[in-house]
Amino acid sequence: MSTAVAGQRENRTPSFWQSTNGKKAVMAVTGAILFLFVVGHLAGNLQVFEGPAKINAYGHFLRTIGEILWAIRIILIVCVVLHIVATVQLALLNWKTRPVGYSRKKAINSSYADRTMYWSGPIVLAFVIFHLLQFTAGYIHPESQFIDGDIYHNIVAGFSVWWVSAWYIFSLLLLGFHMRHGLWSMFQSLGLNHPRHTPVLKQAALWITIVIVAGYISIPIGVLAGWVR
Amino acid sequence: MKVKLTIWRQKNPDSKGQFITYPVDVVNGEMSMLECLDVLNETLMGRGEEPVAFEHDCREGICGSCGFMINGIAHGPLPATTVCQLTMRHFKDGDELVLEPWRSRSFPLVKDLVVDRRSFDRIIQAGGYVSVSTGNAPDGNAIPVGKEIADRAMDAAACIGCGACVAACPNGSAALFTGAKIAHLGILPQGKPEQDRRAVRMVAQMNVEGFGSCTNIGECTGVCPKEIPLEEIARMNRDYLLGAWRERGNVVTAIAPVTDWNFGEK
Repeated sequence: MSTAVAGQRENRTPSFWQSTNGKKAVMAVTGAILFLFVVGHLAGNLQVFEGPAKINAYGHFLRTIGEILWAIRIILIVCVVLHIVATVQLALLNWKTRPVGYSRKKAINSSYADRTMYWSGPIVLAFVIFHLLQFTAGYIHPESQFIDGDIYHNIVAGFSVWWVSAWYIFSLLLLGFHMRHGLWSMFQSLGLNHPRHTPVLKQAALWITIVIVAGYISIPIGVLAGWVR
Repeated sequence: MKVKLTIWRQKNPDSKGQFITYPVDVVNGEMSMLECLDVLNETLMGRGEEPVAFEHDCREGICGSCGFMINGIAHGPLPATTVCQLTMRHFKDGDELVLEPWRSRSFPLVKDLVVDRRSFDRIIQAGGYVSVSTGNAPDGNAIPVGKEIADRAMDAAACIGCGACVAACPNGSAALFTGAKIAHLGILPQGKPEQDRRAVRMVAQMNVEGFGSCTNIGECTGVCPKEIPLEEIARMNRDYLLGAWRERGNVVTAIAPVTDWNFGEK
């Protein structure tokens, strides 16, 4: 058996965006920006525990900064689109890499969160769309009345419906899974890994995720438990 | 001790493969998985049947020739072990072992458990080398290399190119292999001058070969017989990101993937 056919030089090589490594770098950067939003959004919304005046003033403040708010929104939308386009393109590539599958395959070294990024991502996206329609646009407000500008009322009325809260908590847990992997994976994709620091980073990713998810979930739980009314 | 080996049999790349179960009497627990296949093949040849094709060379875990899936794990259940070093005492009497070749479109199947891993060769060809001037051999220790740097480079250079990382990756990514090959040269002073070009070219070739993307989950390093860490993938990403920027003006060429074989009979 010999290799009779010699390889020829081929000029067509993938550009930065076409390469898998480049796309992962884009996903890392956009993911990091979206993480910053998740932190900022939590910090703002925890003001609901300080009463109607505080959070409604915060909402009013966001609406008055006008151009800056739209600049942030556009950055976030661009990040979401790039993050998703890169993921979808890579997923389509990855699904083609094994035309004949294994009869059995064991995962021995990856976590549940690692393996379910393809599930947690789309579900969180569906949640974000629902969430925007409910609390930002006010198109969907099941079993409650949406009052533009009265954020406190909207939160309490919205989360008083048990399934809205359940869906919110479920989605936030999945966001947690997504962040558990993403928060350290973004460093890896950008080429930052260190034998001593990366284990610390992985632990930090877990605890940061727990704190953030607990913070978000405390809002519907607070409403359902009657602490926020 | 007796085991049942359920082995993927496929005559050639174009035919349809299937699993066939063979009972094998393992005479000695110290026999390796490959020696177990040798025993099976002797039996098959004695019966006038076609022996099971599998790749092997050094049988001491350093050449990277052997490798297949055993019950869904590349190189079998023992960590940091190639199938030639996997002794049968790690299995129990009556175990059924399913042997399956690496599955990847970049590793086309040749026969039974043998796959074509020339895509790895082409990645090396694209930039996995250092250019040296010919002439007299350079003086030893002319370039001082620190112990910790030498150790890091050696850890990456331990990669034997067996392909288990690709086989274990749900995305069929060759990131661990390419990372190790980029890292073990880039870490050393001798590899520094070509570091950018090497990363850009090898990553380009890896992409041309049709390997999937890395999702940083670590299945590859879990099955790696040389326990190459995920750090090498980060090293590749870093070298690629910097290299892609610094080499942005240069044309990068790749080697056209060739996947057909000349079997000699044509």
